[in-house]
Amino acid sequence: MKKLINNPEHVVKEMLEGMAAAHPELIKVHFDPNFIYRADAPIKGKVVLISGGGSGHEPLHGGYVGKGMLDAACPGQVFTSPTPDQMYEAAKTVEGGAGILFIVKNYTGDVMNFDMAADLLRSEGYKVESVVIADDVAVEESLYSAGRRGVGGTVFAEKIGGAAAERGWALEEVKRVVQKVADNVRSIGIALTPCTVPAAGKPTFELGEDEFEFGIGIHGEPGRKRLKIKPADEIVQMMMDAILADMPLEKGDEVALLINGMGGTPLMELYIVNRKVSQILDSIGVKRYKTLVGNYITSLEMQGASVTVLRLDDELKELLEDPVLTPALRWKS
Amino acid sequence: MKYTKEYFLRFMEIFAKHLAENKDYLTQLDAAIGDGDHGINMDRGAKTALQRLSDTNPSTPSAVLRTIGMALLSSVGGAAGPLYGTAFMKMSIALGNKEEIDDKELVKALEQALLGIKGLGKAQVGEKTMVDVWEPVVTFLKEEIINGNKELKDVCNELVLLAEERMKATIPMQARKGRASYLGERSIGHQDPGATSSYLFFKSLCEALGGN
Repeated sequence: MKKLINNPEHVVKEMLEGMAAAHPELIKVHFDPNFIYRADAPIKGKVVLISGGGSGHEPLHGGYVGKGMLDAACPGQVFTSPTPDQMYEAAKTVEGGAGILFIVKNYTGDVMNFDMAADLLRSEGYKVESVVIADDVAVEESLYSAGRRGVGGTVFAEKIGGAAAERGWALEEVKRVVQKVADNVRSIGIALTPCTVPAAGKPTFELGEDEFEFGIGIHGEPGRKRLKIKPADEIVQMMMDAILADMPLEKGDEVALLINGMGGTPLMELYIVNRKVSQILDSIGVKRYKTLVGNYITSLEMQGASVTVLRLDDELKELLEDPVLTPALRWKS
Repeated sequence: MKYTKEYFLRFMEIFAKHLAENKDYLTQLDAAIGDGDHGINMDRGAKTALQRLSDTNPSTPSAVLRTIGMALLSSVGGAAGPLYGTAFMKMSIALGNKEEIDDKELVKALEQALLGIKGLGKAQVGEKTMVDVWEPVVTFLKEEIINGNKELKDVCNELVLLAEERMKATIPMQARKGRASYLGERSIGHQDPGATSSYLFFKSLCEALGGN
């Protein structure tokens, strides 16, 4: 294993120290328990949005703390969900009297830890609601699994929910609109290489030189199947087929796109992916309202990409356009 | 037999030793069907628990278990943190403030721990989880100790063999809960890491008897 780190056990803490040093005007970092929060928190009367999850997916979630997005983010160890004390302390630090919304990616551990934190906060009289994001179509919906994983759709949920909260909407309304994002967003990922968790020192899985994994998760969990590598257009066609089979789109529909790199993919290749995604959507008359291309929810140094499609209505379009100012996402501010 | 706080402190030291020795093994099992961090997380949690025990010097069995539970909850993460954390917290609550507890009270506390794990994880036997070890072992202990009036030391050999057998029985199962469930049939043929750490838990419970 070759990584630009000092000590595998200190990667999260040292990353947070570096983030705090880079963006003092936007965020502050609290240690033990670890959380990143808005420099201007608490904001009286505003609903607060808190998310979190394992580290190694940067800029998710800490990079999305700031005006118009998250109020706090709780980073766990690498690929390990955060613990309840992190969400509990973060909520008490940022909450402004109007309630707390947790945005949780659908993983067994994340859901359990956020639920425990919500119970603790409710027992002290706070209003807490949660929305679980489960947008990964690689996981066939089934009674016999933990359900779909939360992946790229989380970025849109945090952006749109953050905009609603910034406008001063009530907790129930912010929750409603985040749930609307969750219901209308689908993603799928592929990987060309595995990634290595620093503390493990070995790749999470093996992938042959001529193979790719279709339906990869963001922790290097295996996906639907392992296939021989193909040209990008054919792989993107498979990805879009999977998304459109699950959420059929019609002529005239409008979407936001996230063409996401897993950490080790050149931007050149992401644009090649976007080229084909755009061609496919154009051919069926779906309008591309907004497209993000880059590393938004990563898997350490994995080479791979995911495509997220969010079906929009007027409300979601307006909230998506609202100003945002965070370390990793900013416009109109 | 009477179980004092020293028994539970010895248990935690032994459990931590097994988790440290099996850190890479548990992580390998998890990498095959999960996300490859179970050994790393449990080892970190056990070390945190030992540190807190030595810092706070709790005075009763219940206080020892509560200290362990809180340490695991706040340091393990993943699903294992809440599940093991809850198991220890439920045992702590079940034991009250007694300085010494007997075999039947210990088994009742373990039963509460199992109920806590099942309540949180919603898993049943056969879904390739911790419950595949915990439930048959607790059922066995209830039968032998509560109904049969035996002591833990009388049944330890059988207990460890049963835990090991049930751990291995997770190999042909298809995961229905947790991250391994995403693999569907591809989870078949791998031993469940949570069932494996659960085997180490019960083995430690028996090994802590020596020298009591």
